[in-house]
Amino acid sequence: MALDEYKPQKGGEEFETGHDFKYVGTSPDRPDGFDKVTGRARFGADMSAPGMLFAAIVRSPHAHARILRIDTSRAEALKGVKAVVTRADFAGGLSGETWNVLENVMAGDTALYDGHAVAAVAATSALIARDAVKLIEVEYEVLAHVTDVDEAMKDGAPVIRGGAADGSVPEGLHPNVVRYHESGHGDVEAGFAEADLVIEDHFRTEATHQGYIEPHACLASLGSDGRGEVWCCTQGHWNVQKLCAALLGLDTSGLRVTASEIGGGFGGKTTIFIEPVALALSRKAGRPVKLVMSRSEVFRATGPTASASMDIRIGMKKDGTITAADGVFRLQGGAFPGAPMEMTAMCAFACYGLKNVRHVGYDVMTNRPKQAAYRAPGSPMAAFAVESVIDELCEQLGLDRIEVRLKNAAREGTRSSYGPRFQRIGLVETLEAARAHPHYSAPLKPGQGRGVSCGFWFNFGGETSVSLALSEDGSAQLMVGTPDIGGSRASMALMAAEVLGIPYEKVRVTIADTASLGYNEISHGSRVTYASGLATIKAAGDAVQKLCRRAAEKWGISEDAVKWQDGCAVPSGPNAGDFDPLPIAEITASMGATGGPISGHYEATPEGAGVSFATHIVDAEVDPETGKTSVVRYTVVQDAGKAIHPAYVEGQYQGGAAQGIGWALNEEYIYGPDGRLQNAGFLDYRIPVASDLPMIDTVIVEVPNPGHPFGVRGVGETSICPPLAAIANAVSAAAGVRMRHLPMSPPSILAALEKQAHA
Amino acid sequence: MSSIHVTTQVNGDAVEFLCDTRETLLDVLRDRLDLTGAKEGCGTGDCGACSVTVNGRLVCSCLMLGVEAEGKAIETVEGIAKGEDLHPLQRKFIEHAALQCGICTPGILIAARNLLERNPDPTETEVRYWLAGNLCRCTGYDKIVRAVMDAAEEMREAS
Ligand code: FES
Ligand code: FES
Repeated sequence: MALDEYKPQKGGEEFETGHDFKYVGTSPDRPDGFDKVTGRARFGADMSAPGMLFAAIVRSPHAHARILRIDTSRAEALKGVKAVVTRADFAGGLSGETWNVLENVMAGDTALYDGHAVAAVAATSALIARDAVKLIEVEYEVLAHVTDVDEAMKDGAPVIRGGAADGSVPEGLHPNVVRYHESGHGDVEAGFAEADLVIEDHFRTEATHQGYIEPHACLASLGSDGRGEVWCCTQGHWNVQKLCAALLGLDTSGLRVTASEIGGGFGGKTTIFIEPVALALSRKAGRPVKLVMSRSEVFRATGPTASASMDIRIGMKKDGTITAADGVFRLQGGAFPGAPMEMTAMCAFACYGLKNVRHVGYDVMTNRPKQAAYRAPGSPMAAFAVESVIDELCEQLGLDRIEVRLKNAAREGTRSSYGPRFQRIGLVETLEAARAHPHYSAPLKPGQGRGVSCGFWFNFGGETSVSLALSEDGSAQLMVGTPDIGGSRASMALMAAEVLGIPYEKVRVTIADTASLGYNEISHGSRVTYASGLATIKAAGDAVQKLCRRAAEKWGISEDAVKWQDGCAVPSGPNAGDFDPLPIAEITASMGATGGPISGHYEATPEGAGVSFATHIVDAEVDPETGKTSVVRYTVVQDAGKAIHPAYVEGQYQGGAAQGIGWALNEEYIYGPDGRLQNAGFLDYRIPVASDLPMIDTVIVEVPNPGHPFGVRGVGETSICPPLAAIANAVSAAAGVRMRHLPMSPPSILAALEKQAHA
Repeated sequence: MSSIHVTTQVNGDAVEFLCDTRETLLDVLRDRLDLTGAKEGCGTGDCGACSVTVNGRLVCSCLMLGVEAEGKAIETVEGIAKGEDLHPLQRKFIEHAALQCGICTPGILIAARNLLERNPDPTETEVRYWLAGNLCRCTGYDKIVRAVMDAAEEMREAS
């Protein structure tokens, strides 16, 4: 869309799909907008407390080293230093993932990656804390290291931690392979025999960081009585509460965690890094402690996503029918189990209805930071590899890329590549919308190439608890437990307003702290608008039921004879009696005298998160002199089920595409032969800037999710699944050489061009 | 460790503070003057979240020392709105959904205002290059660029 065609989409008329929603589907101003444009909004690092200390962390300069001795005496002697902590200050006797988290938060007897925390100090100023870090002496015995996934699986590779493999791993594999996955159906070899063309290729993607602009930050206070408070930027404060309590040996309910405004997360703020450290320092010093990571600490010790080495084999008939698909996915997730290889495997072929499919996954440990979720964890790399091979097949068989995808597309009732049959899904609709979009048929200039890709993500429900209280004047206060990263408070208010029949502005949404609601899962898995939204609708419905009851009592009729309409109780039919509509504000004005406050609640673990699909189209131009790629046009088509706040749905589509562009073209963790991260800053780890990108056009497809009252599907993650492949396909077409290793940075494109010229 | 006494002006107000010579202007704004609107995204001049203007010039406050503020006039995001009235850029950012998490917003608003003071009628490309020093990880910049262009148009019509 050209800039001059654009009108701000307030009111959202363009998006109404014929449902008789009054508020849902409009794009009003967000409730936290004012605070965020005036600098008032308080993020993780913006909170202070009286008597507060500042903390800093000592980190390993080695990729792999035994910690022989830590001498804190010189630091402790520095004026202004109030506490120093090491692993000894945390709980013992942990196991499983809780142990992994502690081991990552503070090294035990071995530093496992460059940047691994070894000790921490709290002092009266940030400058003193930084000086004190330099006075802590750590004696290391440097060990052999490995940072590459394929190297780490080879015989003779250094063992990160013996005995970490679980029962899924077949005999004979290197101890760094800690989990194994195999799934599929049919007979792939028989399928390949039916194909007219079989293509098999090897693909690699490098680790990327979520790259949220706000570094991790917290303010923590813990007394020796076992009661504490944490203020932090997190995607899930109940998870912070639970994990911190475990790592410090506290009762979970003894800790109260408040989620600050959060400056981006993308999955990277679903776990803990500094919060337990600040708590341990606070307990020792007897004062509140603020701990804020530097950007280089964020790169070295948090995130990133897994890197992948993949082999894909797909067979196709001349008419475009896929006969079989086979994939091997090796992911490293740092020095801990947990690389999302089963997600990679299960997402890889999920867009297609396949008779014969097989996937194998390996979770491999290396001397890198513990991987964290990143937007549809595991799926983008799978789509890159699979959709690249499909592109090659189309090219060699002379078939249209969208027609082939439509021919094989999963539909309602299709047995998915990962097992269950799909319910109502919208892949075909996104492909049809992409085919009809002017972008798909627009002419290309010389030197440009066009790429297409589909993408898939599961979406998620999870434990959810929501509470809504009505005020005397008929306005509503909604408390949800899922931190708002991209405007979800607006979506919640829209859904509550819809059910209550009161204006959007009359609903105030608060992200409640852990003491105010039951457990809420993290804001991840694109679950917020789905699960907190569903719970909001139900909680508002609960309040409406109580409002109707008060009206029934007032009118002296049965509760069943009252219904709720446009914010008023009305008799449900002519037989119910003749009463004037009773507006919400009249009922709430007298609620103290008619039975007490009126609230609505809902708690559940909803399981109907509808899966979602997207199709992206991209045009890229490659400069053969420099190897630089310019993305000249980009279109996202994605199924939202129902877009509650269309402008923020578009924002999710555009943001995912932009992150995908960065992943495809520039972003990567670069390790030197010494195993140290070489680009731990935004200058050398280059995320897309404004001048790198075009406008990103969006098409919101709405195929309602049967598992949500308004049809919502999560939208946050699917948008990062297609870009890697779409861009690789566009770049490969533009450059005339197939790119099978991301990122396609200028040097790698030049190298590929050169190699081809000499071939 | 001795502190230095600095006299300066922030958002039109006369301000005095004591600071260590190692503290950046960003440290001083946030930790000594309680102006937490400017954010630290990197501390190395790469993200623009800490953008302020100093005597009308756009700078990364993380790259300037607090003591260098002596005698200068500093503007931060907290000074953009006039009382109850939001600046057109602030209104347009909300209206166009140009922020998702909002951590980049203070720096981008300062940078965009500085652009429009110099160039009331920028092209899309000019906006994109001017804002190239302000990282946003959430939006893909699309709605940010539109908001700036729309605010510029409104301001031109109003003047
Ligand atoms: S914090 Fe100053 S440029 Fe990033
Ligand atoms: S809105 Fe989150 S970084 Fe820009």
